[in-house]
Amino acid sequence: MQDLLYFSQQLINGLTIGSAYALIAIGYTMVYGIIGMINFAHGEIYMIGAYTALIAITGLTALGLAWLPLILVVALLCAMLVSSSMGWAVERVAYRPVRGRHRLIPLISAIGMSIFLQNYVHLAQGSRNVGFPALIEGGFNFGSDGNFQMSLSYMQITIFVTTLICMTALSLFISRSRTGRACRAVSQDLGMASLLGIDTNRIISATFIIGAALAAVAGLLLGMYYGSIDPLFGFIAGLKAFTAAVLGGIGSIPGAMLGGLILGVAESMTSGYLSGEYKDVVSFGLLILILLFKPTGLLGKPEVEKI
Amino acid sequence: MAANNFRHALFCAVVTLIISIPILGLNLEAKGINIILTGAKTSTYVAIVLAAVAVFVFQAYRDSIMGLLGKLPNFNPLADKEPMEQSKRVKLESWILTGIVVLALFWPFVVSRGSVDLATLVLIYVMLALGLNVVVGLAGLLDLGYVAFYAVGAYTFALLSQYTGISFWMALPIGALLAGLTGMILGFPVLRLRGDYLAIVTLGFGEIIRILLNNWTTLTGGPNGIGGIPEPTLFGMEFGRRVKEEGNTSFHETFGIAYSGEHKVIFLYLIALVLAVITALIIRRFMRMPVGRAWEALREDEIAARSLGLSRTAVKLSAFTIGAFFAGFAGTVFASKQGFISPESFVFLESAIILAIVVLGGMGSQLGVILAAIAVTILPELAREFSEYRMLIFGAAMVLMMVWRPQGLLPMRRIHITLNKQE
Repeated sequence: MQDLLYFSQQLINGLTIGSAYALIAIGYTMVYGIIGMINFAHGEIYMIGAYTALIAITGLTALGLAWLPLILVVALLCAMLVSSSMGWAVERVAYRPVRGRHRLIPLISAIGMSIFLQNYVHLAQGSRNVGFPALIEGGFNFGSDGNFQMSLSYMQITIFVTTLICMTALSLFISRSRTGRACRAVSQDLGMASLLGIDTNRIISATFIIGAALAAVAGLLLGMYYGSIDPLFGFIAGLKAFTAAVLGGIGSIPGAMLGGLILGVAESMTSGYLSGEYKDVVSFGLLILILLFKPTGLLGKPEVEKI
Repeated sequence: MAANNFRHALFCAVVTLIISIPILGLNLEAKGINIILTGAKTSTYVAIVLAAVAVFVFQAYRDSIMGLLGKLPNFNPLADKEPMEQSKRVKLESWILTGIVVLALFWPFVVSRGSVDLATLVLIYVMLALGLNVVVGLAGLLDLGYVAFYAVGAYTFALLSQYTGISFWMALPIGALLAGLTGMILGFPVLRLRGDYLAIVTLGFGEIIRILLNNWTTLTGGPNGIGGIPEPTLFGMEFGRRVKEEGNTSFHETFGIAYSGEHKVIFLYLIALVLAVITALIIRRFMRMPVGRAWEALREDEIAARSLGLSRTAVKLSAFTIGAFFAGFAGTVFASKQGFISPESFVFLESAIILAIVVLGGMGSQLGVILAAIAVTILPELAREFSEYRMLIFGAAMVLMMVWRPQGLLPMRRIHITLNKQE
């Protein structure tokens, strides 16, 4: 009984983290689907989202605002605004001029951008980690057995629900709206789409903005969940989200969601049953194995190389 | 100025404000258990507004500014000249390289101890960059976990010296070979991946090795690292004041000179110099051998190279192994120089710095990479206040290089034959 409870607890923790990873992974997968580049700076966009959210929360609290949902919503909007502006600017400055060149050139440019943004925040906000206030406390306790108690915190529920809302909104946007349709067209064939009168530059910018906004949501959620943030925390999270995107099949949006959840569960099972220190090893190992044996991921389409 | 342009410029300026005000203008400060928000200095706000204005003006008058820039007289004095003849160019390059080496030989005897120490570090970076240059510059394989092989070399020496008391000279080939072997083992499965996937996988490997070093406490000492790594000896002569190991003599007693701490530093520097020169020479040879040509052929057009009968795996694997080998070389020297190593020294940032050196210097060009290694390591030391901004500037420089001059400052040029134009 206790084993089962422990297992379910790890499963809940894993799904929580995993759904946040899925939110970040969307950004990688959409950008890759459209212009075929790894947006290495995406983890930093997520980190900036978390910082902005924390700044907004602190500022609003200092102004005397006490109603929690309002604080959270305003902080979320601020984070999304700043992150998506950042995403747009990054694409404009670092990626658009090198688009269409040899594969490694945009990637090196992205790595440079990632280092730049990391140090931008580091210089502006200091390198120490800052505590993120636990605004949503408490939770349900159930299934107590012996000295182990399974719990589902309100924070975890918030993460699930927010992710669910974001994913539904994104799916509707992609499948129903005009821009969403254009996005799908551009990801299928950029040249043809532009011949048919789609402003591809605009669509690419939109992709970056959507990805960055979702990353900002994840930044707020995970910042609150972990309880502290620092300028480097986007790097590892970005890599994990990339792993999730590859796991699900890069370029596929449902794949990113699935990949995020699987990765989150795998990670929490590792820290639950083996050791917390090796959870990163497991996710990187997973990444390597997938790339070696099934580079198209679970839901991806095989890529045909044309001569 | 078209209205469209104006709107775009305004938009860009607003975005500039949005991305800089919250992060730069408002600082989070921990006060006890609470966090408070403080405003930045007025000068920061002024700078932000100025930046926004600059962005606005640039975007609004973009076409005319770009036009003016195009009309500016070209300041590059070499622009009008015919490109140098190839044989001349090659000769000049080897003269410059020889000049650098000769200068480097005399360097330690005229400057202070601190500068020699720094110069040793520069040479270690030169070795690393030359090794990575083979992988990234010549073979076109983006390796983001290069620092892992550096770590293998350093840890091989540290562990062997701790458990078996091995000397530097024995550890040097062992460390390099082990690093090369690791490169081969890691490279074998991953090298068939496409460029950007390869980059991420190598990054993952680098992180895994670092995490293992950090957590395998019983063997590696974890985050505490390993200390007491011996210094190199010269034919059994030690450089300490007292001889530590039996059978060894000390340098200053053998030659009957007064003991000085500087001897050791200079000796280490000279070792690093010799090794760096050896590295450069070996790689130079490789570049002209069939395998070197094969690296570049595969980089330029994989499908064409394969249809000409080159084995993709063998060629890529050789580049990867050779690069890893020299990283191990550098790692051993590094361990010996520091006397203490910990996983802290082998983080991803280190890989990024080495990559930045290769990218800035011009991928594939040895002279360019050497000069870039010198510049990148020394500049932050020259201007202390600048060192805080070092990584910020590196990041920006990498982006700018890719946008404006992806071939690097001193790009490599192959000896080639051009056809004469037929009338």
